[in-house]
Amino acid sequence: MELPTQTYRVTRADLVRYAGASGDFNPIHWSDRTATKVGLPGVIAHGMFTMALVGRAVTTWAGAPDAVVDLNVRFTRPVVVPDTDEGTEVTVSAVVKEFTEDGLTRLDITATCLGEKVLSQARALVRKPR
Amino acid sequence: MSLDPSFVGRTYPPTAPYQVGREKIREFAAAIGATDPAHHDPAAARALGHPDVVAPPTFPVIVTMAASQQIVEDPALGVDYSRVVHGDQRFAYTRPVVAGDELVCVNTIEEVTNRGGHGFLTTRTDVSTVAGEPVVAVWSKIVVRGEA
Repeated sequence: MELPTQTYRVTRADLVRYAGASGDFNPIHWSDRTATKVGLPGVIAHGMFTMALVGRAVTTWAGAPDAVVDLNVRFTRPVVVPDTDEGTEVTVSAVVKEFTEDGLTRLDITATCLGEKVLSQARALVRKPR
Repeated sequence: MSLDPSFVGRTYPPTAPYQVGREKIREFAAAIGATDPAHHDPAAARALGHPDVVAPPTFPVIVTMAASQQIVEDPALGVDYSRVVHGDQRFAYTRPVVAGDELVCVNTIEEVTNRGGHGFLTTRTDVSTVAGEPVVAVWSKIVVRGEA
C-alpha cells in the first residue's frame, strides 16, 4: 500500500532556523563560501533536517505525533538549497511493508530532491494511534 | 589517518543530565514545521497520555550530538571533525521524549572500520532518564573522509 506523498519546501531561512534550534552550526549549512571550499556545489541542508522532514511525514501518516517506534535512514546525497525565495523541495513517500505480530506497521520510505534519491534504507516502525 | 579498531566496545562515562524544556521542544518543532498540537500545547499532549509536550522523533539528536563530543574529541581516537560526513542515523524508542525529562547519555563505540582511505565509526547512545528509565537508543554512523 502506498501512502500519500508529502512535499516540503526547504529554504535557507529554514536551515538557519534549524541550526539555531538543533545547535548544529556547521557553516556548510549556511555559508556558500565554506560549502564550496569543501567541494560541495553550495549550501546543503543538515542531514538531520531531512530526517526531521521524514519524521514529519511518518507522524502524518501514522496520525499521531508519538507513534514512531523506530526510524532509520542512510544519507546518500546532499540536499542543495539555493539562496532563492523558492529554495528547493524534498518529497517523502512510503509503502507499507508489513504489519508485525505486535501491532506495529513497517514502512519503507523514499526521500527525493529534484528527482534524485537523497536517502537509502529509510525505514520506520510505527504504532497505531491510541 | 585511520581510526583505531581497538576502540570497538569502548563505553564512555554517562554525560551530565540534559533538561528537556517545553520551549526547546516548541522551538525545535517550529523549526521543522511540525504543527501537531501535542508538540506545542501541554493539554493536547496530556490528552494523549503524556505529562507534557511531546518531542518530534528526531529531537534527541540535540542531546546525542552534544554527548558524542566525548567521542569525536577523544584525542586517542583521532577523528578529524572537519572531514566528517553523516552516514546513517537511527532512533529506537522505548517511549517518546517529553518536556521535563532529564536525560543522560551513555556512548558506546559499536564499529570502527577503515575502507578505501575512509574511516567509518558507528556509535550507539543509550538515552535514559536520571532515574534509569530507558527512553531511546540512538545509532549514528559517521564517515571520516580520507585525504583525496
